[in-house]
Amino acid sequence: MAKKVKIYSTPTCPWCIRVKQFLKENNIVFEDYDVSSDPAKAEEMVKKTGQMGVPVLDIEGEIIVGFDKEKIKASLGF
Amino acid sequence: MQTYDLIIIGAGPAGITATVYAARKKMDFLVITGDIGGQTAWSSDIENYTGYQFISGPDLVQKFEEHMRSYHTNVKEGEGVTEVEKSAGLVLVKTDKGLEYQAKSVIIASGKRSRELNVPGEKEYRNKGVSYCATCDGPIFSAKDVAIIGGGNSALDACLQLIRIARQVYIINNVPQLAGDAIMRQKVEAAANVSIFNNSKVTAVLGDKMVKAIRINQEGEEKTLSVQGVFVEIGLIPNSDFVKGVEKNAQGEIIINNRNATNIPGIFAAGDVTDVSEKQIIIAAGEGSKACLSAFRYLARH
Repeated sequence: MAKKVKIYSTPTCPWCIRVKQFLKENNIVFEDYDVSSDPAKAEEMVKKTGQMGVPVLDIEGEIIVGFDKEKIKASLGF
Repeated sequence: MQTYDLIIIGAGPAGITATVYAARKKMDFLVITGDIGGQTAWSSDIENYTGYQFISGPDLVQKFEEHMRSYHTNVKEGEGVTEVEKSAGLVLVKTDKGLEYQAKSVIIASGKRSRELNVPGEKEYRNKGVSYCATCDGPIFSAKDVAIIGGGNSALDACLQLIRIARQVYIINNVPQLAGDAIMRQKVEAAANVSIFNNSKVTAVLGDKMVKAIRINQEGEEKTLSVQGVFVEIGLIPNSDFVKGVEKNAQGEIIINNRNATNIPGIFAAGDVTDVSEKQIIIAAGEGSKACLSAFRYLARH
């Protein structure tokens, strides 16, 4: 069973675009929250991580801040 | 320890172009880099890279990376170089993973990074309101108050993005007038939600878990501005600290000749980390290819 992946991102952030490209290339399905247009999700992201940088990945509770390929690979097992 | 022909440090436009040339020359080489794309990855719109009338930074970086990977290049990604030193005819490269590599030649293409303010609170609140990339983090500050530190083109660019997002935008500029292009300056000065503080320096970033305010000094007078975001746009500094014995100019840029050679035989440099006259993606790419061809010629003689 594939892990559930959530992304908190903004439309303009280059690393958000790259992390989404990376997940798509690896056939990972994810839910994308645009924190620039969804203040509730923005607040949720800040609460979860204690910081305001995007992108943030929530992989079933494991929080990864930034486009950290190695951590993402390790978490998703590929 | 294995001795490579060449180690390329950095994978921005200069480093990646060098890898393409090194691969095609069938050199035995390695790339060590913290990230892929460098500053290009942070650029929003690129309209002056020949062949593309318009491309975004992330898209151009993806094209660069695909090109590099098509040669099955050995890339150590996420590894920072801490020391480069020539000894006994070889160049030794140490990294933050505690590893050591050696090669007959190196190309330093480590680019530039954002200059920091060096005031109390800046490090503590990094990513907690303090940002060095308005394009990336700006949208999170919707309807909030923000300060932009700087008065040049990058500060004005950040301002033009933020006036559409934030409620109030303060510009903290340490000289009497804004610098930067007239068109951008006029737009900034005409915006209803911008206040400009000239002759002003930031003395501290204040907060409680997140940024709450900045303290500034305007011609001797201390002021506190309530802000949730601080965008630092005070220029760039070269990533050249780790190179030992190489001549650098006053800005810390590595001095190269027109063949990308430094004062140390076997150590070449390319792109924004060097004193090359202009800093452009296309120039960095061209410099990367020149540096690789120069390294190739050097290896043929040594």
